[in-house]
Amino acid sequence: MSLGIVVLLFRFSGAGGPKTISCLPQPHVELMQDVKKKLMSAVEKMPAFPKSVHQVLKLASDINCSQKDLVEVIKNDPVFTLKILRLVNSAYFGLSREITSINHASVYLGLNTLKNVALGLAAVGAIPKRSVAGLDMGAFWLHSLGVAAATRMLGEILGVSRDEAADYFAAGLLHDVGKVVFALYLPDEYKQASEQASEPGVSLYEVELQVIGATHADIGAMLAEKWNLPVDLHDAIARHHTAQEGEPSQLVDCVFAANQISKKLAFGSAGDFEVEPLPQSIQDRFSLDMDGLIAEMPTLDQEVEHARVFIKLGEAQ
Amino acid sequence: MRFQFRGTRGSLSAPGPYTVKYGGNTTCIEVRSDADDLIILDAGTGIRELGIELSQNMPVKCHLFVSHTHWDHIQGVPFFIPIFVPGNELTIYGPPDPLTMTGIEAVLAKQMEYPHFPVRVAELQADIHYETLSDGQTVDLGFATVSTILMNHPAMDFGCKVECDGKTLFFTGDHEPFYNIYDPGDEDYNDYEKIVRERNQGIVDFIHGVDVFIADSQYTEEEYETKQGWGHSTFERTLSLAKEAGVGKVYLTHHETTRTDDHVDEIHARLKEEWKDSGVDFDMAREGEVIQL
Repeated sequence: MSLGIVVLLFRFSGAGGPKTISCLPQPHVELMQDVKKKLMSAVEKMPAFPKSVHQVLKLASDINCSQKDLVEVIKNDPVFTLKILRLVNSAYFGLSREITSINHASVYLGLNTLKNVALGLAAVGAIPKRSVAGLDMGAFWLHSLGVAAATRMLGEILGVSRDEAADYFAAGLLHDVGKVVFALYLPDEYKQASEQASEPGVSLYEVELQVIGATHADIGAMLAEKWNLPVDLHDAIARHHTAQEGEPSQLVDCVFAANQISKKLAFGSAGDFEVEPLPQSIQDRFSLDMDGLIAEMPTLDQEVEHARVFIKLGEAQ
Repeated sequence: MRFQFRGTRGSLSAPGPYTVKYGGNTTCIEVRSDADDLIILDAGTGIRELGIELSQNMPVKCHLFVSHTHWDHIQGVPFFIPIFVPGNELTIYGPPDPLTMTGIEAVLAKQMEYPHFPVRVAELQADIHYETLSDGQTVDLGFATVSTILMNHPAMDFGCKVECDGKTLFFTGDHEPFYNIYDPGDEDYNDYEKIVRERNQGIVDFIHGVDVFIADSQYTEEEYETKQGWGHSTFERTLSLAKEAGVGKVYLTHHETTRTDDHVDEIHARLKEEWKDSGVDFDMAREGEVIQL
């Protein structure tokens, strides 16, 4: 089974490279030593975050993007290369001969098609073919896309720049990444937690804390650390259920609100049915309550639908 | 076999007093067998008038080959009268959309969705079949065969070779000759060059000896300098290809949207002079012109 690594629609904000994470992933409790060990071992199993994704996204947003630059980026990433070759050799393209290299693909497909294929593949990594331990991947992705699109729209309402909006989207898309780590590497516990959380009135992250000793936000933050994600993004993953703890953060507030909105509008599944009210500080930030915010996002459905294409592409054989 | 240019304009229709001679409608070519069987190549705005003529003598049976699904090659479909009338039979062939992984039917349905057009595909009354094409496919229509080859354009574009009544016609759809993205001296230059040559040669081989070669020649060499990668060829490159492939008659088409009749004439006169000893027989495609082979 191909691993469930996740979504990569993301641009690094600021300078790349490892960063010191100021907020360690322990918002709820001091993790017991053995729990921490277990989590670390799960996180370690997750593959690395490809840097080429950032470069592809940057190139793809440039109307004057050079085909040579794009080809070079793809070539330098063997995983990307394999995925593109797999896709262009699929029945969808119906080419009469096998494409064996990125140079080959570039000549056959041309810049525009290659760019769009790369963009789509950058959005989603290898997704498990089937759902794993209590995590219905289709529903998981749809929820994540809903949160991603909503986070970006909320950022735009607050006037963030176009570049920042991409970070907002990435934060939304990745906020639940910890669930994938749980489902893949702590499958029995996660299954138990998600079964309990399917009852009304029960929230998944609280059950996770009881069953596993940590929440998906905690382990997601650990993964963010392993991936050297920027501090803001790490923070958004770590605090998306606990926005009120720690320094106020516009991005965290947007992800929190987007998460509740996505649940309220039933985009996919977040693993439970609990829609939490927006804290007053978040309502104040927008001068709107949740229904008011939803009314400000009439094209959310459409944006989610558009983004779904990437998921389909990532699944292509 | 005979054919008629129903639309010769590139990118966008361009009606008006300066495009009367060569026409303002976007790409559409009507191809007829000696027994009057009908193949239509592309469904730009030029297909509208063809539809009006066909509707005088229904039921209509025809095969529409869409080279690629950029607007200027499909925009006439919703205005092609035969699709609305029960009893007509239409088969539409075209490339898939590899990004959404859907076939030609889904691509065409999009342009008739609610925000774009008042009639949905589901409401069309004719008997419409769809067939998504792939590279190197040959479709046998009984009275003719149509074979495809993937061209170079910023969308999947299949050039089509029609063989009918002992004659052959090739239409590029939109096409820019393959080129090397690396500079001489770059590590990958030679590898890339090899593939580029193979691809260009593949097209030369595919069209070798066709009787008629209808080709995208949107730009002059000078214009092309700033348009590389846009997916269109030049007059000169098309003629060179024609020479290399030893084709019969060449029709230069997909006239640049802003090109006036006078400018087309001017280019034509210049090319006639420059290529007079080349042995290449060519003409500018003119909307309305009928050519009997």
